[in-house]
Parts: sequence; C-alpha cells; structure tokens
Amino acid sequence: MAAGSGRHSASPPLFPSVAAQDAVKSLYPMVNEEETPLPRCWSSKDKYSFIGLSQNNLRVHYKGHGKNHKDAASVRATHPIPAACGLYYYEVKIVSKGRDGYMGIGLSSQGVNMNRLPGWDKNSFGYHGDDGHSFCSSGSGHPYGPTFTTGDVIGCGINLIDNVCFYTKNGHYLGVAFADLPSQLYPTVGLQTPGEVVDANFGQSPFVFDIGEMMRELQSRVRNTIQTFPVPDTHGQWQSMLHRMVSTYLVHHGYCATAEAFARSTAQDFDEELTSIRNRQKIQKLVLSGRMGEAIDTVHQLYPGLLENNKNLLFMLKVRQFIEMVNGTDTDVKTGAGGGGGVGGRKMCGGSPAAIERMLHFGREVQHMSQVLKIHLGKSDQNKKMLQDAFSLLAYNDPWNSPVGWQLDPLQREPVCQSLNSAILESHQLPRRPPLEICVAHTRQLLTLMSRSGLGSCAFSSVDHVLGGSPLPPTPPSAATTTTTAAATNALHHHHHHHYHHHHRHIHDQ
Amino acid sequence: MEVLPTCMDVEHSRVYIDQLYSNDSQKCFQAVSELKFAVIGSVREKGSIIEQGVVVRLLQILRAPELDILLKTEVATVLNSLAKGLPEHAAALVQAGLLPVLWEQLESCPSGGSGSAYTQMLLCCLRSIYRQGCAPPPPAWDQKLLSSLIQHGYHPPSNQECVANILAHACKTNEQQQQLVDAGGADLVACLLCSPVSRVQLPALHCLTAMCFNNERVSSIIATKSYGGKAVPDLLVGLMARDRPRDMQLAAATALTFLHRAGALSADDPRIIYKTLQCLVRMCRRDREVWERVEAANTLAYLTEVSTDLQRTAAMTDHLIHTMNDYLKDTTPPNASVPQGISVSPVSCRQYDNPSTWPELMVGAALKVYASLGANDEDIRQRVIKTDVLMNTIVTSLSAASPPVQLAAVRCLHSLSRSVHTLRTTLQDHVVWRPLMTVLKTSNNEELVTVSSSTLCNLLLEFSPSKEQILDQGAVEFLCGLTRRPHPGLRLNAVWALMNMAFQAEHRVKVSILHHLGTDQIFRLLSDTDVHILMKTLGLLRNLLSTKGHIDQIMQCHGKEIMQAIILILEGEHSAEVKEQALCILANIADGDIAKSAIMSNEDVLKKLMNYMVIPNVKLQIAATFCISNLIWNVEEGAAERQNKLREMGVYKLLQNLMTTTDTGLFDKVKTALQQFH
Repeated sequence: MAAGSGRHSASPPLFPSVAAQDAVKSLYPMVNEEETPLPRCWSSKDKYSFIGLSQNNLRVHYKGHGKNHKDAASVRATHPIPAACGLYYYEVKIVSKGRDGYMGIGLSSQGVNMNRLPGWDKNSFGYHGDDGHSFCSSGSGHPYGPTFTTGDVIGCGINLIDNVCFYTKNGHYLGVAFADLPSQLYPTVGLQTPGEVVDANFGQSPFVFDIGEMMRELQSRVRNTIQTFPVPDTHGQWQSMLHRMVSTYLVHHGYCATAEAFARSTAQDFDEELTSIRNRQKIQKLVLSGRMGEAIDTVHQLYPGLLENNKNLLFMLKVRQFIEMVNGTDTDVKTGAGGGGGVGGRKMCGGSPAAIERMLHFGREVQHMSQVLKIHLGKSDQNKKMLQDAFSLLAYNDPWNSPVGWQLDPLQREPVCQSLNSAILESHQLPRRPPLEICVAHTRQLLTLMSRSGLGSCAFSSVDHVLGGSPLPPTPPSAATTTTTAAATNALHHHHHHHYHHHHRHIHDQ
Repeated sequence: MEVLPTCMDVEHSRVYIDQLYSNDSQKCFQAVSELKFAVIGSVREKGSIIEQGVVVRLLQILRAPELDILLKTEVATVLNSLAKGLPEHAAALVQAGLLPVLWEQLESCPSGGSGSAYTQMLLCCLRSIYRQGCAPPPPAWDQKLLSSLIQHGYHPPSNQECVANILAHACKTNEQQQQLVDAGGADLVACLLCSPVSRVQLPALHCLTAMCFNNERVSSIIATKSYGGKAVPDLLVGLMARDRPRDMQLAAATALTFLHRAGALSADDPRIIYKTLQCLVRMCRRDREVWERVEAANTLAYLTEVSTDLQRTAAMTDHLIHTMNDYLKDTTPPNASVPQGISVSPVSCRQYDNPSTWPELMVGAALKVYASLGANDEDIRQRVIKTDVLMNTIVTSLSAASPPVQLAAVRCLHSLSRSVHTLRTTLQDHVVWRPLMTVLKTSNNEELVTVSSSTLCNLLLEFSPSKEQILDQGAVEFLCGLTRRPHPGLRLNAVWALMNMAFQAEHRVKVSILHHLGTDQIFRLLSDTDVHILMKTLGLLRNLLSTKGHIDQIMQCHGKEIMQAIILILEGEHSAEVKEQALCILANIADGDIAKSAIMSNEDVLKKLMNYMVIPNVKLQIAATFCISNLIWNVEEGAAERQNKLREMGVYKLLQNLMTTTDTGLFDKVKTALQQFH
C-alpha cells in the first residue's frame, strides 16, 4: 500500500499500554494468555496426514493424491479463538493454487473430521477458492464471494460480540458469511489437490485488511452501549447514589474544598464533620511533605489512642520518619531553609552532624520498638524487611544513588499516607476504601469473568478507557447524570494525577 | 375556548410592537428584547410576527447608522430566531430583503472584529437562512466581501460553523468554486476540518464537497492543501474512520468521491478503492437510517460510474448487489418519522422531509448503483439482472415514476443494454422498448431523453430482436426529429440510432430514413461542429449505401445531393478519419451498377481519388484504391470502358508505382486493382 494511505500506521494503537514486541498479543490486549492462549500457528497434531507444515508451522502444503473429495485434508490452529479477543482475524496468502485450487479457509470446532474441507461438516465453516461459495456445516455451498487463486490474500474474521464470521479478499471486505457461530472455534484451512500451498498470518505481520479500524468501531459501539445503558431511576435514587460515590471519594482523600463545593451543588451532607476532614488533610500534608515527626505528634494529639491501638501502623510511621531523617526532610533534622533533597550536593540529614546524631539515636529507638513489637505481636516479616531496608541507607555514602535509594523517593510517602488515612477513617466507623474505588475494582473483576464466560464485549470495555482516556460524548453534557459521571471521572483523574505527578500535588489548604 | 387567549395575545403583542417604532432607543431596545423572548422556541410566534410585517422595521433598525450596536445585535438575534423557524419563515425573510441588508452590515463590520457579538450574530443569521435551503446564493461573489467572510471564518468556533455553512450552501457554480479557492476558501476549510467540534467539521466537509464538485482545477488545488502537516485527503480519511459519527463518515466519503471524480485522486489510490468505497458500501447497510442509505448509494453510484476497477471491487464488497435489491423492495413503515436535525449536504437539503417519498428515493438510488456497477463488466451485469424484481422495477419506474427515478431507471437500462445476451433475452422478454419509446416521445427533460436515446441506440443494433418492433412504432420519424434538436448529445444519439437502424436494413427502412431525414438535414448534420455527429452521419450514409440494389435505387433519387455532400467533406478541413469515411462511401457507391456513373462522370472526384492514392496516409490510400478497384471491377458491364478512361487519366501508372509500398494492406488492394485491368 502507498505510504500516504494511512491504512495502518497513521491510526494510533487501540491500547497504547500494551508492549509492542508481541504483535499478536497487542491485537488482543484483553486476552489472558495464561488461561486462553492465542492461536499463533497450525497444529502439527490436529491435522490430516495429507497436510504438511513448514516455516514455523505457518505454511501448509498438500501432500496427498488429490483424486477426489475423499482426499481432502485440513489443519486446525493450535488453540481455539478466545472470546476476549472481541474481534479475531487471520489472513491466508495463497502461495500456489496447485492443480485445481480446491482450497477452503474458515473455522471449525475441535473434533471435526480433518479428512474434509472446512465447511462440509457440523460445526465447520469455510469459504472455497474454486467456486467462491461459502459452506456452512453442509456439503453444498451458497454463492458468497469471488473465487480466489495464487497470489490472493484471504482474510477470515470473527466478531465475537455478534457471533458472525466475515471474509476479506486482498483487503476488500466481502461481508458476513456465517451467523450464530458456536464458541471455541479454531482457525482452519483445508486443501485437496497436489501443489496447493498457503501461508497463514495470525497477526505476526501487518494484515492487508485494516482490522484495527473495525476494532475501533466495535470499541466505540460498546462504549456507546455502556454510556447509554438505561438505568431505572424513578425516584432519583440512581443519581443520588452516584453523588454519594463521588462525594465519599472526595472526602476519603481529603479533597476538602472540592468535596464542599460538590456537596453544595448536589445538596448533600457529609457523614464526617468538616473539621475532621481538615484534620486528616493536615496530617496527610505533613506526611506527604516528609514531616513525619510532626505528623505523628498531630495524630497523637487529634486522634488519641489511634496509634496506641495500632502498633504496626505506628512502626510503619516511625520507620518512615527515620527515612525522612536520612533524607533531611523531617523537622527534627531540618536545618535552616534549604533542607535535604536538593539535587546538587545532597548530604545525609542535610549535612548537620547534630542531625546525624539525632538520626542515629532515633534509629536505635525504632530498633527497640521493633523488638518490643516482636514480643507482643509475634514475628512480622514485613516489619523486619521494612527496618532492614531503612537501615541499609546508612551503608552508603550517597544513599540517593544506592540500590535502596528508592525509599527516599517522595512517592514512597503515598502508601504510608493512605494507610494512616484509612486507619483514621476506620476508627470513625467510615469505610477504609471509598465505594467508588470498590466499584472500579468490582468492574475489573467482572471483566475477567466476562472473558471466562465467552462474552466478547469484554475486549472493548477497558475500565481505564472508560474512566480516563475516553473523550466525553460529543454533545455537551446537559443531563444531570452525565454531569455526575463527568465529575466522577474528573475526581479519579485527579487521583491518578496525584500518583504520577508528585510535584503537581495540590492540597487544599485553608 | 381558544379564541379569547389568542386575541389577548395579539392585543398584548401590539404593545411592544408599537414600542418597536419608538424613537426612544431605550424603549425600542426594551421592545426588541421582549420580541426576542416571544419568538425564541415558538414557531407560532415566529409566523405571527412575520405576518405582522415586523421584519421591515427590524431591517430598518439594522440599517440606521445612528443606532446603537447593542440594539442592532439584539435585532439580529431576533432575525436569527425567526430564520430558524419553518422554511416558509426563512423564505419570507428573504422575500423581505433580509440578505442584502445582512451582507451590507457584515461588510461594514471592521475586519478585525470577527469576535464581536454583532458580527457573530450576523453570521448566525446568514447561516440559519442558508441552512433552510430557500435562499439563492449570490450569483457571483464580491471578492472583497468573500475575503472578509473567509477571514471571519477562522475564529471563534461559532463563526467557523456559520461561515462553513454559508459557503457550503452558497457555492453552486463553477465560477463560485473558483472564486472561493482564490479567496483562500481551501485553506479555511483545511483548518476547519481539524477543529475538535463536529458542528464545525461537518459543514466544512460539505463546503469542501461543494467546492470540488465537477471542478478539476479547484479539486487539484484542494488535494494539495494541508493543515497541521496532514494533506487534505488524509484529513478526510481520518474523518471517515469507522468510530467517527456516521454523518461525518458519510460527508468525508462524499468529499473524497468528488475529489476522485474531478481527477485529483486516482481510482487505484487506496484512499479511494479501499477506504472510500468500503465506507460508502457500509453506509448502505440495512441498519442505517433511510437518508443515510440513499445518500450513500447515490454517492457510491457516482464514485463507481466510470472506473471498471471500482465497479468490480464494489460488486464484491459486502453483498452490495443484494443490499441494493433490498432498496427496491423497501416500504417505509407508515409511522416513519422525519429525521430531526440531520445534517445532510446542502444538495440534499429538505429532500427527506416527506417519508412517503422515501421508497422512491431508495429505488432511484439503487437503480443508479446498478447502472454504475453494470456499466462495463458483463459478469457483474448478469449478476445484477438476476436479482429479484429489478426488471419489473425498471419497467414500472420508466412509465410511472418521478423524473429523477425515471432517469435512474433509464441509466440502469442503458448499462444493461450493453450486453448482447441481455438484449436478446431479458430486455426482449420485458418489452422494455415500449415504455422507453413513451419516455422519448413524451418527456421534455433533456438529460432523460439523451440517456433514453442512447439506450435506444443499443436496442436498434441489428442483433437486437426489439429492432423491428421499435421500427413499427414510428421510430424513424421520431429519431429524424431528434436530429434537429439543439442539444448536441441528442443529435448524436439520434444519428447513431439511425446508423444502427440502417445497418443491413431492408430497402423500405432506408427509404423511410432518407424520406424523413431529408437531404438538407443530412447536409446540416455533415456541417455540424461536433465531429462525432459528423462521423455518425457519414456512418449512416455508408450503411444506407450498401448492397448493389439499394445503392442504385438511392443514388437514382438522391445521387446528386449525396455526391455534393461527399465533395463537401473531401474538400473541407477535416481529420483523416472523417475523410476516410467519405472515401468509404465513395467506394460503396462505386459498388453499384448504375451508381458508378455518378463517380465516372465527375472528373473532379476522380482526380480527388487519384490524389488520395498518393497522399502520405495509408488508410486514405487504401480507401481510395478500394474505390478505384470497385469502379474497374472486371465482370461488370462497361468495365472495359471505365478501365480505359482511368488508364488514360494515369490511374494504371499510379497503381504500378504503389506496388512498391511496404504496407501489406495497401499492397493487397493495389494488387487486386491491377489484376482487374486487361
């Protein structure tokens, strides 16, 4: 194809997150190959004896007598087509039509007689080159498409949402050939006369037909189905539930001003007092800026008994405090304005000998605490490893560029912060995880369940795409529900932001 | 019950309508505002306000130089709202002279003021009027006005949408297309295609389509434009992607089709033969709206009209031939509702407003697709003919349908009549010539008559069994009449049909042709400026003057005129092909017994023949030599006499000299001729 045609390269990949090295896998990102491997070549076992394979089991040639239809021979791919492909496609190039060009390309179930061409038997479907007919589990064909011969590239596609099969010839779409297909079909080719040779492409090389665009069409169709899915909402319950999900999410993470504004515009109230949210936010801010000592003191002060009842959490905080001391960010070691963490000339504890002294002293305290914990709560591999990693920082001149230097990354404050936040919420009888996040996790689980149950739509229902990457519907959001969805999306957006762009963190102080 | 409130309404509306005429601008503004709230969203109010003649006053306000811009903006808002009512409302506004006022106001807007509320509202108003499809475009653009309109079109998005719509609706003629490109319209459109707003992209596509239609020059310019590093055709392919809104896909496919038909993209360009073709076929599927299916099929027919490759590809894509058959059987459900807010191209504006016409639109579109598919390839033609109800649809459409569908039916019939097999079987079985003759005799639609007469030409071929029946229907008289029409296509087809009719015809047919045509009409046709007509007329004469008996009888009656005509051609400024035809007619005449004397007695013609024998053009030499050879044919009466005369004139010598020729065709003719001499 001409370079300017834009047939494959110009369009962005469907799921950019998938690694490009495996071309076959990248076509079907939702397939879990540990459970359902993709067909990648012809099976050297599941074939009739008149079939010969070569070139990594991608080339098929006929080696029988080819006297009549009793000499027909077929081969199946190594694996059936996983439903999670959504849209599956493979192409066959006719290298040589041999004597008569009695070639069939299609699909069949496991166990279908291989001494036949695809399409002749039950659960077998084929498009034949000599007459261009389609054979749907029957010995007699129906006029379907043009004939095909040496040099032609025939594609066979199966839409696992609608359960239909179509073919292409040299990149031109020929239309649906079969409907109501059974599940678990294998790519199958059959040959019948000497000299017939065909090559298969299961996605290892670019296809002649632009299957990517068809996938994007199905994807937008599925997305549209999701977005316009009717919800019974007679008393506005659905909407208020969505509002609560957004609001609890905002409260949970302490997006105080946003939560307030959202609550005001949707007329709801919080389960938690505003001051409590502010308190949590204050603590979060301290943790996230590395001021652990102050953070622990504040927790003691605002939530007395919380850390006393949760020694493991306290230990985690103390270890983090130790790390922040090494980092030079904890208040106890902070000297003057500069602080630690500067790119050039970073020194342990900000370079102050007194601070180093304090850090070492604190380290001993933490070690002691670890021993006490072991006695009271039993051995904890997690705690042990945490402490070991933290102390290892002292073994290097430049801890930032050491193998354990990752601990000094401000990003590592996040899990600590979340654990502390969850513990505070739990102590107030509020959920550890916001319902919105639970809902997302549920959805992810459901998608894997769909994949196992053979529901092809799962291929085009990526949670991340619905939440993050997808453009909103072209019409301006006017209905209240749409607005809510948008708000939820934005909130999650914010959350992601939070993780990956630490420096753009944005905490609402007031 | 209803009467009282209506009266009160009028009474009430009079209050602010009175204020509209107030000299106090404050009061006037107040009145316009009230008017605005009254008309927005109410079709009834719009109608009532227009009926009350308020528009005249509103236009007056717009034109008053001393009045405040805020007031004028408010007035433009009201007018825009009125224009968005029923098509009749928009038509009434145009009638009241709205357009010139709007253009004049736009002209007086500062060129840098594209963002001003007044400019925006003026553009909205123009857009709303044009979108109703009832406003005539300006016959020719004022270049300055057009440039400033295009400048306004870059920013903001509201202007982009309005300007794209205005240009799309107001670009109809070849001249307008050119003017638009000269004023920078192509750059603007390329820019708008890249807008993220579909309300801008769609009219931009329509505008591009309107600019490209049938215009090679403009299309080649547009095809090379680019925006953001992407060429326009590639931008179009992007907008045609399967996950785009369907109206957008359709509009982009139409734009690419027009670029192809105007020669800017070739048929084997993957963007045409893969992308555009597949998109249009997809749009014809049963799960689409009726208007989408009709538009897609019409565009597809246009895309595949000429290229055999595109016809073959389309014929195998997605069961297209079957899909089109569904179109023929489609009956719109009685509860079908008119699609609201669809964005069809300006060309199809208002075409889908009446669901009862939908089945006919479907039939017309499908017949056009079949006409294109079957134009060249006999296999496709046979597959088309085998589809259900097609022949019946053609026959009934020929006699009963509206002119566009009649035209589609004749086009389809024309394609099918290119098959010898079909002429002899299906077309004969369905007696298609009968409704066809009726169309020819009764229609005054030139395009329809042109295609019908082309089809008739095929039905009159000598192996067509319909030929005799058509003759019995007075076809000769009718066709001779057609040769007098001013439309050159009609004259050509008529002469062509007569030529086919005269081929190996009975004497009475030939006589009838000569009688109805008359020699002066033959002279007129021979001096036609269209060389094709001239060639077919010579062909007709050749077919008339064949077989000895016919030649002698015709030459006895019309010999003088025919010889005159031939001399006219031989002496005229014509191409070798034309002169060759004339020489062939002479050769035919020389084959007659009595007719020979017409040549032998004319020394001038004999000298001309000798001259052509030595001219450096083998075809003419062959024709002239063949004529000589017929004149001196041995066994015929008076042969010796003629041979002597020609020998005296030096023909024998000439032939001997020609024996040295290297051309085998000429050599054979020369040899045959020499053998005739004693």
